[in-house]
This record gives sequence, C-alpha cells and structure tokens, in this order.
Amino acid sequence: MAKKKTNASKPTVSPEHARHLLHQMLRIRRMEERAAELYTAEKIRGFLHLYIGEEAVAVGVMEAAAEQDAIVATYREHGHALVRGMPARAIMAEMFGKQEGCCRGRGGSMHLFDRTLRIYGGNAIVGGGLPLAVGLGLADALQGRDGVTICFFGEGAVAEGEFHESMNLAELWQLPVLFVCENNLYAMGTALDRSESQTDLTEKAESYKIPSKAVDGMDVLAVEAAARRAMDEVRSGQGPYFLECRTYRFRAHSMFDPELYREKSEVDAWKQRDPIATFFDRMKDHDLLSDADRKALEAEVNEEIDDAVAFAEAGTLEPVDALTRFVYSDAPSGAASNGQPAASPAS
Amino acid sequence: MPELQFREAIRAAMVEEMERDEDIFLMGEEVAEYNGAYKVSQGMLDQFGSERVIDTPISELGFAGLGIGAAMNGLRPIIEFMTWNFSFVAFDQVVNNAPNIRYMSGGQFKIPIVFRGPNGAAGQLAATHNNSVESLYSNFPGLKVVCPSNPDDAKGLLKTSIRDDDPVLFLESELMYGMKGEVSDADDYTLPIGTARIAREGDDVTIVAHSKSYWRAMEAAEELAKEGYDAEVIDPRTIKPLDIETIVQSVQKTNRCVVVDESNPFASFASEIAFQIQDQAFDWLDAPLVRVTAPDTPAPYAGNLMDEYMPSAKEVIQAAKRVMYVD
Repeated sequence: MAKKKTNASKPTVSPEHARHLLHQMLRIRRMEERAAELYTAEKIRGFLHLYIGEEAVAVGVMEAAAEQDAIVATYREHGHALVRGMPARAIMAEMFGKQEGCCRGRGGSMHLFDRTLRIYGGNAIVGGGLPLAVGLGLADALQGRDGVTICFFGEGAVAEGEFHESMNLAELWQLPVLFVCENNLYAMGTALDRSESQTDLTEKAESYKIPSKAVDGMDVLAVEAAARRAMDEVRSGQGPYFLECRTYRFRAHSMFDPELYREKSEVDAWKQRDPIATFFDRMKDHDLLSDADRKALEAEVNEEIDDAVAFAEAGTLEPVDALTRFVYSDAPSGAASNGQPAASPAS
Repeated sequence: MPELQFREAIRAAMVEEMERDEDIFLMGEEVAEYNGAYKVSQGMLDQFGSERVIDTPISELGFAGLGIGAAMNGLRPIIEFMTWNFSFVAFDQVVNNAPNIRYMSGGQFKIPIVFRGPNGAAGQLAATHNNSVESLYSNFPGLKVVCPSNPDDAKGLLKTSIRDDDPVLFLESELMYGMKGEVSDADDYTLPIGTARIAREGDDVTIVAHSKSYWRAMEAAEELAKEGYDAEVIDPRTIKPLDIETIVQSVQKTNRCVVVDESNPFASFASEIAFQIQDQAFDWLDAPLVRVTAPDTPAPYAGNLMDEYMPSAKEVIQAAKRVMYVD
C-alpha cells in the first residue's frame, strides 16, 4: 500500500511557494508535537486529537481558500485553524483553558471558532458539521455572496445520516460547498472496510451526482492542485464538490488510544510517506529548497510555537462568575436566564 | 381586533416579519408548494417566492443543521417541523449545535433561529406522535422554549421569537390550529418572551397551565367558581425563560398550587415548577403542590385509553380541591 514516492518529475512550484507550504506543514507538526507534550504535562486537558501525518490535507486545501470562504472542521482541527490564520497563541491559550484563547476557554481543543476568519468550528460530533456547512453555503447563495464553504470531515462521518442528508441537500440546491473527506482509514479504531459496504467514497458522492476526486493526501502539491480545481468548479456555480484526501494519522486517535487495531508495520510504512519529509526531499532534489531553508523554517516555527506556549502559560483564567456568560445574548453576565441565581445549582 | 385562527395568527406573525426583514426565510417539509401540512404557511410561497419559503426533503437532521449554519451566516431562519415528534430525528443539531455554539465560541456567534411546529397530543395517533417536548428541550441551556395558548399570544410571541438572537423553540398544537381568537392588529405587535399572563384572578388556589392544558385549567376554574372557589390561572406562555416571579407572587396570595401539563411527569416542567415554588415560597405553602399530567406511559391509540391519558378539567378540579383540603 505504501509506495515509495517517485521524485522524477520536476514540480511546477516556485521556491517561494515550496517554502511556504513546508512552513505551513511544519507549523502544524510542531504545534501538535508540543500539544502532545503539554497534554502529558496536564497543561492541556479533555480530549486531544492530533493531526500529525495529515498536514498536507489542511495545508493543500487551505491554499485554495480565499478570504470570503468559510471553514468547518472536526475535532482534529488545530491545524486547519492555524493555517487558516488563527494565531498559534489563540489556539494554545484555548487549549490551556485561558480567556485569551479564541473562545475564552469555553471550547477547548475540539471547538475552535473565529468569526473574523470565518472558522465556524471545530465540531466534535462526527458528521455534525456537515449540515452547518451546507447551511453556511445556503446563506452565501441566498445573499448573493461568492463565498465557498469548505467542510472537512473524516471518512468515519460517511456512515452518519448527517453526511448523506448534507450531500443530498447540497447537490439538490446546487450550494457552494467543497466537501473534503480526510480519509485516514480508521474511524477511531474501526477500519473503513469494517464499517462501509462501499469503501470507494467517491462513489458515495457520485451517487448524489456530486463531482468527486480522490487524491493522495500525503502529497501537498497534489492536494493543493486538486483543491484549486475543485474550488474553481464550486465557485463557478456548479454546485458542491467532493474531494477525498487519502491520508494517515501517525499518532493515536486521541491521547487514550493503545492502537491495537492496526499493525505497527502499517504505521511504519505510512511514515515512510511522511508528507513533510517526502515534500522536502522532493523539493531538495529539484533544488527548490535546501537544508538551510528547512533549518531556518524549523527555527522560525519553534520560536512561534514557543511563543504561543509562553503566551498560553501567562494567560489568565476567566473569573468563575463569568461561567454563565454567553449562554443567551440578552442575559446579563452572572445571571441564569430563568431568574434563579446562577450559583445555586446544587440546592 | 380581528378574529383569527391560531394558524392564521402564526402566519400573520411570519408574514409581517418577513415583510419587515429580508433575512428571514421559512424552511421545512411541505411549507411551500403544499401550503403547509397544517396550512400554517398557506399563501406564503406565492408572496415570498421559493428562495424564502423553501420545501425540504424529509430530512430533519439535515435541514435543522442547514438552518443553524444559515443563522451563523447572517440569516434568520424559521424552521418548521411538521410536528415536534420529528425533531427527534434532528436531535444532534437542535441540542448540540443550536444552543452550544454561542457559548462554545465565547460569544462570537449568535444563532437567531426559530424552530416551530405542533407539539403534544393530537388525537389518536399513538406514542410516536404524541410527544410533548417542552420539558425535554428546556433542559438544554441556550434554548428558549415558547408555548402559546391562544392566537393573540401566538402572534405577539412568534414575532418576538423571530427577532430574538438566540434559538427559540416555538411549540404550537395541531388541536389548536383552528381555534379562533381576537388578535391584535396593532402596528408591530410583539409580546416579551419570559412574561407570564394572569388569565384569571382568584384567591383560593393558583393553577399554572400552558398551551392546551391552559384550557383545561380555565374549564376547571369556571366549575370551581360555581362551587364558590376562586382559582387564579396563570399561563406561563414561555417555559424558558420562566416567569417564576409571577407564579410565586400568586402562590404567596393563594398558598396553594396545581400545575397542569400534558407532558409525562418524570423530570417535567411541572416538576420544575414544584421545585422552584418550594425553593422560593416554601413558607407560604399550605399544601404540597399537585401535578396534573399525562401518566408515565407512552400515549395509547384507543380512544378510551387516550381520554384517560390526557389531563382533564375534572382532574384539575380534583387536584385543586386536594390542595384546598376540601372533599
């Protein structure tokens, strides 16, 4: 399954763009590595789902996203938020539960939102983001805006009714949605062929008459090219598009996963196709990037993530009397809406 | 004031709001071409066109979520469930996304959406079509739950619900859609969410009842009056936020309380009222609060069993007499 990448053809990419793509993937990788350490150190709590191994998908797709486009992602969404433009500081502080976080410590790792960047969540219910994405597309279409909603979800979501209802409605009403299926082969611990009667996921899209393509999700250039073509189609008013990115998660599903469902040899084989290492090697082979470039980028990324961690550490906790804030738009801070004092739930 | 059917009052509220604000649209099963399963949206497709009155497939989970996404992106959707029983198919979106996204995003997103449709018993339809959802949904912080009992309240409260920046669940009734009542035609007629109505003043016992149960309570109050007992009937009108102050003030006057609620009794709205009254008016109570509810049983089909299942005026009278220690 894991083929050795052939580096024969010279990629049509500028050194600047190659550097940018490597930088983005390294940013995600480093942030996730630090997040894992900080989880072990109990600075980050709750569930933590790492994107290590899948970086080429978020980075490649996000290259095709414009400012007016909207993003919906899953609970494995730190990377998407980062490369969309959310500061690493805001992400890290959110995971630390600090009020300087993007959601003031109310969302955590699985629920990163940023209205100004049009990041409509992190959605921690498998499939739960898909109808939202189609609704975002509906609103853009009804209001005559040219935004496209990019909806990321795992292959596990295709077993949910929300997937099927969303695919049908998006195509039925020709809505501007790019569905990006991040197929990492395992829905938590269940392999695709143990959960789906039809394992060719593009066939599912085609059954709704949605144009589709499967792409090597370990190849950032392939993902970017496919995403750009897909976005052009969607933006031209031809309705939704389904892009399957075949990828692999190098780490466990979450931090509590002994990974008994897959062979170590399989993981090792996929690691040979590490999206960062293979991309760099290929760029280096064609003199588009050098070891010095990579070193410089790694130093830059380390500094960015160190700064984010320091920012999160120094962040402040929201006062507990703000617990009931943001429940309702018209409720004063510190008061429950039903007229009862907020601090007497145990009475 | 003109006399309108309940369904016409709801339609008038939607039409007036949609004329006022182009961001509002109606979406649901059979709302457009069919003119509404219960004719609530009759004529709205012709007036507003298919971009604002949108027929959906039988896809509650999908279109409920679409509505929330659209609400996050600048629109103000009204989502019609043909009945609230079908909202259970959309549960993830109604309880996980609608009420939580504002909170989880640290207040970045408002979710100005109304989910509306008929709730509760609707005749001999058996268990899957007789659910009362107000207790269930009012358990989720972030949702507002509105339950009008008459056309005028329906119009005023629905207009306010549509203007609200939070998700509002607006619960109607198949059995009341044909009910007529005077409805204000005042310009911009709205009623505040979270304000109970004292429908009948009295000193002897407080009866709290909403939606269809309100009418059972009023029948009971009239019968009790013939026997010389003066009941105060309070229609909370909104379940959440709840105007507990009005109810507590009444109980402080009458010292006795009956709650009528066609929901099943366990962990119900009636139970919540009982808790809040003992919490806030314990020293004023001369008798334990009594609930008149459906039994802790799925709704039956057979007519005689259904009659037994539903709260009746007779049961309300018995309950009132029990808390007054008469008979």
